[in-house]
Amino acid sequence: MTTIETHASGTQVHATSSDSALGAFLVGVAAWATTTDHKRIGRLFIGCALLIAIAAAALGAVVGVERITATGYSILDKDSVTQIFSLYRIGISFGVMLPLLLGVAIAVVPLQVGAKTIAFARSAMFGFWMWLAGLGLAVGSTIANGGPGGGNAKMVDLFLLGIGIAVIGALAAAVSVVTTVLTSRAPGMSLLRVPMTSWSALTGGVALVLTLPVLLGTLVYLYVDHHYARVVFGGNKGISDWMGWSLTQPQTYVYVAMGAGVLAEIAAVVSGKRQVLRPVLLTGIAIVSVAALGGATQIQHAVTWTNTSASDKVKELVPFLIFNALPLLGVLVVLGVSLLGIAQGKPRLVPAMAPALLGLGMILTGMVGHLVSLFGPAQLVGTVFEEGEFIYVGYGALLIGLAAISYWGPKLWGRVLPSSAVLGISGLAFLGTVLAALPMYIAGFANQPAGVANDFSYSGPQELWNTASAAGHALVAVAVLLFVLTALRAFTSGEAAGDDPWDAQSLEWSVASPAPSNNFVSTPTVASAEPLLDIKPAGGQK
Amino acid sequence: MTYALPAGPRPAPRRQLMVSTGVAVAAGAMLIGGMLSVWLRFRAAAPTRLSSDGLYQIKDWLPADLAMPEVVTNVGILSFVVMCIMVQWAAYAARRGDSKHVVAALGLTLLFGIAILNAQAAIFVQFNVGVASGAYESMFYAIVGTLTVLIVSGLVFTVASLFKSIGGRATNTDLLNAHALYWYFLAAAYAAVWFVVFVQK
Repeated sequence: MTTIETHASGTQVHATSSDSALGAFLVGVAAWATTTDHKRIGRLFIGCALLIAIAAAALGAVVGVERITATGYSILDKDSVTQIFSLYRIGISFGVMLPLLLGVAIAVVPLQVGAKTIAFARSAMFGFWMWLAGLGLAVGSTIANGGPGGGNAKMVDLFLLGIGIAVIGALAAAVSVVTTVLTSRAPGMSLLRVPMTSWSALTGGVALVLTLPVLLGTLVYLYVDHHYARVVFGGNKGISDWMGWSLTQPQTYVYVAMGAGVLAEIAAVVSGKRQVLRPVLLTGIAIVSVAALGGATQIQHAVTWTNTSASDKVKELVPFLIFNALPLLGVLVVLGVSLLGIAQGKPRLVPAMAPALLGLGMILTGMVGHLVSLFGPAQLVGTVFEEGEFIYVGYGALLIGLAAISYWGPKLWGRVLPSSAVLGISGLAFLGTVLAALPMYIAGFANQPAGVANDFSYSGPQELWNTASAAGHALVAVAVLLFVLTALRAFTSGEAAGDDPWDAQSLEWSVASPAPSNNFVSTPTVASAEPLLDIKPAGGQK
Repeated sequence: MTYALPAGPRPAPRRQLMVSTGVAVAAGAMLIGGMLSVWLRFRAAAPTRLSSDGLYQIKDWLPADLAMPEVVTNVGILSFVVMCIMVQWAAYAARRGDSKHVVAALGLTLLFGIAILNAQAAIFVQFNVGVASGAYESMFYAIVGTLTVLIVSGLVFTVASLFKSIGGRATNTDLLNAHALYWYFLAAAYAAVWFVVFVQK
């Protein structure tokens, strides 16, 4: 007998229209398409983001291969290079970083805060479909000669419309997550007791709410101007200039801000003890979202230091540090405090720790690179160095996404991913990330220009750097593909998970695996930031 | 092993709609604020020339044949003032449990909302310049159009609140406070656009 879920309260309606396999399939599709179960909505976001990650990394490999012979076009068409670069950036930013971590938040946050469902579940579901449809429109129109620099005016319009729709969808989902943390917490769970992941979802969600509407306003201007006038914003060529800030640092930090919370959460479980420096950790996570300042103002504060007076140098330095160094400081605090907690505890193996640590490390490397690139005397503006930063941040977020799926997989699917597979694939993805990004850092110092695939030459083994980068992208694509295949197998026929396989600390591990439709039978009461340690023997210390 | 936490008391009223409306209002403020910032940037960067008598610097920003319907925009801002009183009346009546006053206040809100929408339409009709004529024109249509979409969403909110109130939820203070908050935001957004786009141009 097939059933469809009508709403999150768990009421189920028996499908009687057809007992055939096709009927069952259609009912199943309809149930997923209209679901208001936050766990399903989150899984839809996560699944789509992983598939897009494979495609985007493959696209990165194609661009890398094209760059190897910088004297002619071997794969790509000369006129399509701008669009291919844009497609890669949009794929990683709006197709991977943003939805992957947003999906994790939608799936996990209500469970963590003790809520029976996400606030405005229909809005979150609506947000997913808007995001997917908008992104599909944007990608499709770019392929049909639209997008930034595209030659087909109608397709360029469609691209702008698609990105706008995707942004509205992401905003709807973010509002649901933020509202859930603010209003649906279990009795006794003050904001200071909210689990790290939920806290980072709150601060990251607020940062999204403050920056994405600015992009939306810009898209409205671009659409009206491009559709009717083409006199103000530079027509199709100007799109990259005006929306480019949303596809680069520091705005990308806003998309990955939740990653800091994921690491902090898993690190606390690895340590097996309560996090003593919890307020410091919460502050560090919140500071990462200060990156929203850069997005909201659309200003890149660089340090030129062409002026000789000390006061002028300070005037340049202060906004530069606030806009670019504060998020970096936040990540450093989270990393430092988390590792300190592990060093002081009794560490045990949680496989998800490896990709989480590697992922945040990659994001940190990207952030440091961004600081260096904005330092005028380094002369890195306009080089592929910035591309290296973007790859570090984007693939770093991907690694954290893999960590989150591995960690919360038991609660969402009821089965565990094999530890060896998680560790092996994480290592492969890490290697791919370094291989894809590090050569871009080096080539940036050698003045390889950004945004072009041909007609550049500099002293040094430029073929080597670009070959390595292409191989790195390909490796990431293979790693994600392997992860998806492994997850499909493990989550359908793998080892069944216990209710608390990691000996964890937060509320989601107090319910059955997989979590039931309503999450909690009765509203749990919380007396500390680690409620499960309060009821475990010896406070969870094994 | 499943760990059972002690069951808690029934949670306090959560004001989900109010909080989410607050978050949405923050997003809306960033939307209008961002658009106005771009507007101001273009206006500041517009080229200047000397007036024919050589006494003044004139910015080449406004179209020569511009006919800004200022009476309509001024009526619009005044309507928003009245609107704010209406939505607060509805919220106040809901707190007192006075369903008749709630329905009356929401009905008047809807009426004034339609009037404001009519004023927006009049602005587009009377604004005697085509969208494709230049920077000012294209940006004018973009920002006023966006504001109009926000006003329409406010009207949808009002209609939904009115139906719920008629249907027996007139004392839902969370709903009517959220409704009031959204219209306050619209009033503030309209005031900002009115000052920057309609008055200062």
